Amino acid sequence: MHVLGTVLVLAWPWLVHAADAPALVREGNGRGAPACQSCHGADGGGQPAAGFPRLAGLAAGYLEKQLTDYAAGTREHPVMQPIARALGATERTAVATYYSRLPVPPPPSGPVPADDGVGATLATRGRWSQRVPACEQCHGPGGIGVGANFPPLAGQPAAYLEAQLQAWQQGRRRNDPLQLMQHLSRALSAQDVSAVAHWFAAQRPQGNTP
Amino acid sequence: MSLRLPALLAGALALAACTGRTPLDAAAAQAPAPAKATSAKATPAFAPPPESAIPDGPYGDMVRQGREIFLHTRRNAPAYVGNGLDCADCHLDAGRLADSAPLWGAYGMYPQYRKKNGHVNSYGERLQGCFMYSMNGKAPPLDDKVIVALETYSYWMAQGAPLGAKLAGAGYPRVPDPARAPDYARGQAVFERDCALCHGADGLGQKAGGRYVFPPLWGPDSFNWGAGMHELDKAAAFIKANMPLGRGGLLSDQEAWDVAMFMDAHERPQDPRYNGDLAATRKAYHDTPMSLYGRRVNGRLLGAQPAVEPGGEP
Repeated sequence: MHVLGTVLVLAWPWLVHAADAPALVREGNGRGAPACQSCHGADGGGQPAAGFPRLAGLAAGYLEKQLTDYAAGTREHPVMQPIARALGATERTAVATYYSRLPVPPPPSGPVPADDGVGATLATRGRWSQRVPACEQCHGPGGIGVGANFPPLAGQPAAYLEAQLQAWQQGRRRNDPLQLMQHLSRALSAQDVSAVAHWFAAQRPQGNTP
Repeated sequence: MSLRLPALLAGALALAACTGRTPLDAAAAQAPAPAKATSAKATPAFAPPPESAIPDGPYGDMVRQGREIFLHTRRNAPAYVGNGLDCADCHLDAGRLADSAPLWGAYGMYPQYRKKNGHVNSYGERLQGCFMYSMNGKAPPLDDKVIVALETYSYWMAQGAPLGAKLAGAGYPRVPDPARAPDYARGQAVFERDCALCHGADGLGQKAGGRYVFPPLWGPDSFNWGAGMHELDKAAAFIKANMPLGRGGLLSDQEAWDVAMFMDAHERPQDPRYNGDLAATRKAYHDTPMSLYGRRVNGRLLGAQPAVEPGGEP
């Protein structure tokens, strides 16, 4: 009896959030956070044409950190900052967990950039003359992502990836561990950024590794 | 006075490095690798040819094959690799990067007498050593395609370099002796702050898609007790110049020594020359204060319970 009660008490917040997350995603929280799916899609696949990223299958720890950082202002975004601030800490955890468990939707197929282009070279070899490691050295082969700190790049909208590199360059995004992205992004030209973003957008995503 | 000034300068530089951590210094982001106090006369500069200069035809094909083995050693030379490492993990930019033991800095230094095995080594034999120790695997025969390809790749990269000359950027730049003896606990703090992000809180690396992306620093899939990287001065030199990836020079000299000590005080696969007696093996092959093999650190006798059962990869 006691044991059952304890289990229920301990499980209660989780049950609430498990129930809440789909509602949050579908309808928002009624306190300033709109439905996540209105931009990120019902399947969490994002909207490539609009540059809204895929969330499905990303690591929960990564997604939750981004919401926390939006709220704190270390990741600036006119739309996401007010939303993150309108979410309570438990709501952030809940939606992050929800999206991390969604299957990765198949990406739209498009032209694959050349193997020997600037984008492919930066992705697979980097540019060490400017101390830029290959993207794959942290984000995994083909940009499939590694753990909770190195999100997948594969199949994300090119416009999203490009915007992130620009945000790192301009200091509007500064929530990177060891300032890895802020440092390397500043060595990249606008052409580099576009090329590498399009290369990763054309790569095939995988389910995130735990 | 003359001694004091450099010390103060070094202190000022260290402070500058610290303030560079946060917020980001835009100028520092553009700065090239830290300049080294080397004499241009004693150590000629050299730049390897661009990869676009690799010629077409059978020779160029062998150069490219060597490069692919170097970059993806586990995939392209699986018979000779016994752990989770690739050559390029410790020789960045496919063996091209200065201060990261580039191949162009090594090729022209062989044949060379090596104390490690007491005879004159060809370049091919030196490569065999990498496979036996750093890769914890087996030495490919000297006429095996793996060795021929790596030799060809190195030869191509070193074309135009003076023979037998120590070039600027060869090897890993020696880190000055630390003010305080390298310390495990301080090294652990550095590891947790700057290394665990990629190499994992347990130091065993991180995989994606079933394959290592970040190499294991110790344990069954790392380099064995016979590898150069298990010696403190070599590890400190590599780390100082090259770690964290893309942010080489971030650590102070003391931090580099401390974290090298922390890394090299962990168990790893046995030295293949182990003769059944730890103390005797240490005496024969590791008789240097830079090796912790056969030494007791934090109550653990290193080398006594080497990491076994390589997990490997599917």
